Amino acid sequence: MADLVNLTIDGRAVQVPPQTLVIDAAKTVGIEIPAFCYYEGLSLQAACRMCLVEVEKMPKMMTACTLPVAEGMIVRTETEQVKQARKYTLEFLLTNHPLDCPVCDKGGECELQDMVFRYGAGESRYTEEKVHTPEKQFSPVVFFDAPRCILCFRCVRICNEGMGVNALGVINRGVVSEIAPNVGDHLECDECGACIDICPVGALTSGTYRYQTRPWEMTHVGTICTHCGDGCKTTLGTRNDEIIRGNNRDRSGINGEFLCIKGRYAFDFYNHPERLQAPMVRVNGKLEEVSWAQALEVVARKFDATVSANGSFGVIGSNHTSNEENFYLQKFAREVLKTNNIDHHRTGDVVTLLDAMSGTKSQLATVADLYDRKAVLVLGADLALEHPLLSYQIRANYRHHQAHVYAITPGEVREDKYTVASIRVGGGPASKKGDLGVIPGKEVGATTSGPGSHPVGGPGVVPNAEAGAHFDPVNGPGKATGSPTGFVVPANVKSITGNYFDALESLRDQLKAEPELVILFDDSIKGADVRALVEFAESLGIPVKFICLVDYANSRGAVDMGLTPELFPGYKPTGASGMHVSEMTGSDLDVLWVVGANPLKGAVKRKAGFLVVQDMFLTETAQQADVVLPAASAYEKSGTVTNTTGEVQQLTRAVNTMGAKPDLEIMGFIAREMGVAGQLGPWVANVVFEEIRKNVRGYSLPMPVIATGGAAQSMPVNGRIAVDDLSALVHSDHNGLFASGTLGRYSKVLNSVLESHLSR
Amino acid sequence: MTFSPQLEARFEKLLTSYPPGRQRSAMIPMLMYAQDELGCVSDELIDEVARRIGVTPLQVNEVLTYYSMLHRKPLGKYHVQVCTNISCLLYDGDKLYEHACKKLGITHKEVTADGQFSIEEVECMGACSWAPAIQINYDFHHYVTPEKLDQLLDGLRKKQ
Ligand code: SF4
Ligand code: SF4
Ligand code: SF4
Ligand code: FES
Ligand code: FES
Repeated sequence: MADLVNLTIDGRAVQVPPQTLVIDAAKTVGIEIPAFCYYEGLSLQAACRMCLVEVEKMPKMMTACTLPVAEGMIVRTETEQVKQARKYTLEFLLTNHPLDCPVCDKGGECELQDMVFRYGAGESRYTEEKVHTPEKQFSPVVFFDAPRCILCFRCVRICNEGMGVNALGVINRGVVSEIAPNVGDHLECDECGACIDICPVGALTSGTYRYQTRPWEMTHVGTICTHCGDGCKTTLGTRNDEIIRGNNRDRSGINGEFLCIKGRYAFDFYNHPERLQAPMVRVNGKLEEVSWAQALEVVARKFDATVSANGSFGVIGSNHTSNEENFYLQKFAREVLKTNNIDHHRTGDVVTLLDAMSGTKSQLATVADLYDRKAVLVLGADLALEHPLLSYQIRANYRHHQAHVYAITPGEVREDKYTVASIRVGGGPASKKGDLGVIPGKEVGATTSGPGSHPVGGPGVVPNAEAGAHFDPVNGPGKATGSPTGFVVPANVKSITGNYFDALESLRDQLKAEPELVILFDDSIKGADVRALVEFAESLGIPVKFICLVDYANSRGAVDMGLTPELFPGYKPTGASGMHVSEMTGSDLDVLWVVGANPLKGAVKRKAGFLVVQDMFLTETAQQADVVLPAASAYEKSGTVTNTTGEVQQLTRAVNTMGAKPDLEIMGFIAREMGVAGQLGPWVANVVFEEIRKNVRGYSLPMPVIATGGAAQSMPVNGRIAVDDLSALVHSDHNGLFASGTLGRYSKVLNSVLESHLSR
Repeated sequence: MTFSPQLEARFEKLLTSYPPGRQRSAMIPMLMYAQDELGCVSDELIDEVARRIGVTPLQVNEVLTYYSMLHRKPLGKYHVQVCTNISCLLYDGDKLYEHACKKLGITHKEVTADGQFSIEEVECMGACSWAPAIQINYDFHHYVTPEKLDQLLDGLRKKQ
């Protein structure tokens, strides 16, 4: 190990790579140097002076958080001088800090409290009056209490660097310095709460958690966020069957400490006043509350009668329910109800990607790949709004490893700030949804492609089949006139000039020169375009990994578990036909069974003879039902979900809501009532998961990883998936940061923040 | 936002005085010069400077609130800055400050009704060797006594 640096810390020999900071070097031998402003992963600040250590041959004490190791360095962290320095620093930090820990929100988990306990002096020599300023509210989520702030700049840095939002700053000087929000007296930001979580003291507190509890009174349950498809682990703090806060301070899970507003705060739908807590059956045209036994009986008898009369069924599954529930549901539909009319709202063309990838060198990427891989190409999505975790990972990759990021998107995206190249396509934000216009393709010469037979300007571009008809190589798709190019190129990129085609061609050359690449794409690329994209990736001659973006917590799991007519679980073609969502809602089936979905939203009139709905709320669909069965949320059940990168993680029940039952249990009870429970097997999540592990392609996952709260990637790529191109059914909701489909309507926090009412 | 041609020319020069990507370094001189022309730093100016150097308005505000020579409210035509830091204090800088306040009938960061004078108690201006020191707009005055201060202010008052 020739290139390691040798030094001595407190008499112990330490060997670390060059450039390691003394504070980190000490950690490797179990020596803790106290620190406030130093924060792993963020830029260095050296603001707090808590980490001072003695270094031989250096004239004064040094900040261990900014001092890189050097050969032969001798460091002492526990001398009298160092201890004194810590005492003084703490005494200084406490001069204006209120000493009312018993009523401070942070009490019990405050770093300042802990430090004073370990390193502080028993009393202060400061007897003057403390500077006091009243607390401020920056937003419904963020509150700031200036006197408690120790000016560590952690909040400022996590917002600038981690979130890429730049919403916080420090204004004024000296004793009156304070944290300030970006728009006058308030914040207009992501409202992610990262600044609150990272604050070592009680200066930043959250609107939802403050003064609710003492931290030691909570039970902490690690589970998976039920909103977008990124699959963040969120640790829910619960007390007396109430969720009081969400965070992930232990950095477990694929997201580390990251959470967006939805993972950190939007669990609050679970106790919305409109939450359903009793089953309902339609009597004389009106939904009336009944007992579970009565409701289940009505459903079972109807199902029985329809089966024996050879009637028609339709089954619509969910993007939020667990893999176990989805698996059980399709089994129920196919084996008991004898129908292949089973579907769900498809939000990304996973099927075509897996099919196109079979036999190629391309692979599926994980969330971690976005942090590790050298280059990333974003196609279509505004990641910072639609896939906050993935965007965060890419930002961190750029910050820490100078990853090369490329973005081809319809509008401006947060990634633009650090991309090598950003190309605007699709005619701007107006056509934001599902119309990228072009994708980079392999050499096609002067051929044509897609309807409209447009002349293609040169190699490197395959016009999107749908957009081809209005594709204008000079002005961009859908734009007759306007700026000469329709795409932007950052000034620092010289090689991309001229029109679209040149831009894309030059992009292809740049990508070829990368050692490796991760490509993310949303629903603007589907069907044949996905195939072209995979071919394009193969033509680059470098290792490429893919992420097909999907919308919700278990959108991916819904496809994996066979919630489509054409595929059994594990992408085995059924070879049979069946109705899709819109066909089911549009036809007069005898029975339509909707589990955790809202296909009748937007005033769609129900056509089915009998409608059974399992849901948390009286959605547009539930309102038209004959039987409504109150379902448990993801935070009230166990099971597994699969995120947009195919990583499978475990849900752990955090609370119970009286009257509601997990969908798996509801289905199990219906089966029991029908006398088919034996055929379908136990409705216990881990038993069903065992069945999935044994039978579903790609899901023979290591149980210890999942059971201990880790993520294991399912790998269903294995041979072609011989089904018709159904990509026309793929349609993303493109939820922004403050939306979450139907569920988002029931979150107080999401609806209370100003930004959810601005057009974002 | 539009400025005088002279100021625009200055801005242009400033923005090319730093290596590419370091345009934010021009923030303080831009604010100073603009303040001289406009009388103070307005919200509009903050946004404009932020836009030109590629930072957020909050980042401009951070710098602006740190430095005492940048002002958010208009000052008097003559801004009288009296140092009361250690060296000047030893030579009665504090009494000088009180005298100035009494004479003008205003105190720290206030402006006289006619808009002619404003006063500010400032920290060390680097003129310790000639304490007590004051600064009126950009001009330093050394070894200032209450009498000398009166003369100075009366002189300025006549000049208007
Ligand atoms: S809530 Fe998030 S985006 Fe808003 S200021 Fe805090 S860290 Fe920045
Ligand atoms: S508010 Fe908290 S995180 Fe921000 S500087 Fe103050 S103490 Fe640090
Ligand atoms: S909504 Fe998505 S990004 Fe936000 S916390 Fe949940 S899983 Fe993570
Ligand atoms: S941790 Fe080193 S100065 Fe704050
Ligand atoms: S103390 Fe007054 S100029 Fe230095």
